[in-house]
Amino acid sequence: MDVVLLSRLQFAAATMFHFLFVPLTLGLSIIMAVMETKYVRTGDELYLKMTKFWGKLFLINFALGVVTGITLEFQFGTNWSRYSAYVGDIFGALLAIEASVAFFLESTLIGVWIFGWKKLSAKAHATVMWLVAAAGNISAIWILTANGWMQHPVGFTIRDGRAELVSFTAVLFNKFAILEFFHQISSALLLGSFFVMGVSAYHLLKKRHTDFFTRSFNIALVFGLISSFSTAFTGDLHGTHVAEVQPSKLAAMEAHWETSTRAPLHMFAIPDEENETNKVQIGSIPGLLSILAKHDLNAEVIGLKDIPKDERPPVLITFAAFRTMVGLGTLFPILMIIGWIKRKKLLESTGYLKIMVASTLLPYIAMEAGWVLAEVGRQPWIVYGLMKTSDAASPVASSQVLTSLIAFILIYSLLGAVGFYLMFTNAVKGPAQAVKE
Amino acid sequence: MALQITWFYLWGLLWAIFFITDGFDFGVGALLPFLGKNDDEKRMMINSIGPLWDGNEVWLITAGGVTFAAFPLVYATMFSTLYTPLMLILFALILRGVSFEFRGKVESPAWRFIWDTCTFIGSVAPAILFGVAFANIFKGIPFDGQGVYHGTLLTLLNPYGLLGGVLFLVLFLQHGTLWTAIKTEGDLHERAALTATFLWPIVLVVAVIFLIYSAFATSLYANYIANPIWFLVILITVAALLGVRYFVGKKEWFKAWFASALTIAGAVFFGIIGLFPNLYPSSIKAEFNLTAFNASSSPLTLQIMLIVVIIFIPIVLCYQIWAYNLFKGKVTQEDLEYEEAY
Repeated sequence: MDVVLLSRLQFAAATMFHFLFVPLTLGLSIIMAVMETKYVRTGDELYLKMTKFWGKLFLINFALGVVTGITLEFQFGTNWSRYSAYVGDIFGALLAIEASVAFFLESTLIGVWIFGWKKLSAKAHATVMWLVAAAGNISAIWILTANGWMQHPVGFTIRDGRAELVSFTAVLFNKFAILEFFHQISSALLLGSFFVMGVSAYHLLKKRHTDFFTRSFNIALVFGLISSFSTAFTGDLHGTHVAEVQPSKLAAMEAHWETSTRAPLHMFAIPDEENETNKVQIGSIPGLLSILAKHDLNAEVIGLKDIPKDERPPVLITFAAFRTMVGLGTLFPILMIIGWIKRKKLLESTGYLKIMVASTLLPYIAMEAGWVLAEVGRQPWIVYGLMKTSDAASPVASSQVLTSLIAFILIYSLLGAVGFYLMFTNAVKGPAQAVKE
Repeated sequence: MALQITWFYLWGLLWAIFFITDGFDFGVGALLPFLGKNDDEKRMMINSIGPLWDGNEVWLITAGGVTFAAFPLVYATMFSTLYTPLMLILFALILRGVSFEFRGKVESPAWRFIWDTCTFIGSVAPAILFGVAFANIFKGIPFDGQGVYHGTLLTLLNPYGLLGGVLFLVLFLQHGTLWTAIKTEGDLHERAALTATFLWPIVLVVAVIFLIYSAFATSLYANYIANPIWFLVILITVAALLGVRYFVGKKEWFKAWFASALTIAGAVFFGIIGLFPNLYPSSIKAEFNLTAFNASSSPLTLQIMLIVVIIFIPIVLCYQIWAYNLFKGKVTQEDLEYEEAY
């Protein structure tokens, strides 16, 4: 196998694994900050217990997120050196700003939060939690500004054989990145809420710590309700923008082959990349793609056939990832509305609670699918329209990359297994055993 | 020009801060199986760095990020040519990071032993590998004008490179011992104090050999001979190392630790000053050398990053010092009862 493919596999494995932990860190930190604030405001010990119980799960997750994040920053250099040299002037700056502006704060204060319960006043301690939550989400701004630039490069010029910054504000206010950020934050909050609701529902079904978990559930429900809608809303905005600036991704995610006005939307399709058509097409609604993508029935949507073959992303993966994300994204607001209706009689709603336990991991699938769509759909470009992934890899031996890839898989499988085991056992144990009072 | 020179030294400074801060974490982790005779003592050692190590590690992320931002070509070439050692460092850091969090989560000596071993490996390996890497950078790395590395992992394990590895390891061991001495009491404290006395002559010998060997293996001294004022840096470093022994003798542990920090900074700057203007010299041909001038970002990016760094690094230092101050004092048996302790 060649270096490019191996490096892509390694980067995919490393980012997708890292991203199992990031959204919970982002979302749950906000929910925990709210719980701790409620404790400070009301003095009710139950909220303190809540903060500590969810905090324990948060910290296991946080540790895994941190250690898997470090490898990512360095992989641009180890595996994508041609890319790094070409775009470092812009991309590197954004990563460096992320570390100095946000990640430092988050990492320093998480230590203070863990060890500072007796050293700080309750108010100060809650403030630290808010700062941890804020810093994590500010981190996301910079990471997504960097990714947004790869998706839709702006504010640069090509000089001396590389991309150089000409307008920092253009990079900062890149619409693509801003939309990615709001979509990401919404969905991370959604994931955090579903996590809290899923674990709470498990205990409510067993009728354990009912007060504790009803309140936890209801706090998360508010966030879940809001974020399920804002995720869909920002997703729609983001999609329209993708349609405007990344026609090849749009065509692939919709398996849309022929350029047409009143372009149809296929509810289900099996794309056949070789013959440039869909083997199976079910539930095609004429004009709907034009409406969704451009908010205009008569708008023209470019088909894959009008995009050079060597500039098309893998259609099947992109299409399937998009369908998975949107399908789940449609389910979440429905579950949240039902939850809102049942919020006062949760304990009796065993059917709904069972569904919520089963749904705990669904936002994970949706978010991973979303990133597959974003990244695979951008191919064959590493920077859309500017640099191809095939030109971006390091001049290293494929044996080196193969070795490190195997090591990544082994170490991450081990970490994943231990992490999942610890999360699971601590979640199932519940607060009384998990928190010594 | 001035911007690039500023960034060159800032680059060195960030690495130096990383080695000072995470250096004692590495030292404590490496000493864990030897100084900690029972589980309580091990936990005291881990909890002495518990609230701080994560923030310390971000200095590495920042040093890496700043290399990327200010000298993208160096970032690209350095990390791809040092592919395998860097991967080993990263895997080691992963093990260390999770082991703190995982260690206490299951009540079993075997479980704890696994994660203590990971802490040990995850502390020793980066300490040595960073030393090997930097010594080889001082010497020059066999890469060509296309950034292709002409060598193997064994190429880096030459005598000078290995000496660099040993130097970093003993510096961090000393740094970690002194930290343990500051943060603990009783038997553990006595053991750390004794280890510090025992380690110091080793550090001195290794450092002196390194300084002499550098004259033969590298061209670092050219800049010192051209500008003899720089010799002051070496003098201060040696004085700092002597200071470590002086304060150890007086049992003034924090001052000894501080002198040790200064020694580490001095060791880094000894190399950085000698390297100037090279960040990443090639041992194949001088024309392939990556310098502050031919490998930097555009002036606009350097300016923006300078503003960011001038504003935020002092802020970071302030809240990190606040955090250090918050957790000052000895880790006691009572602290181990604390439910959130590792």
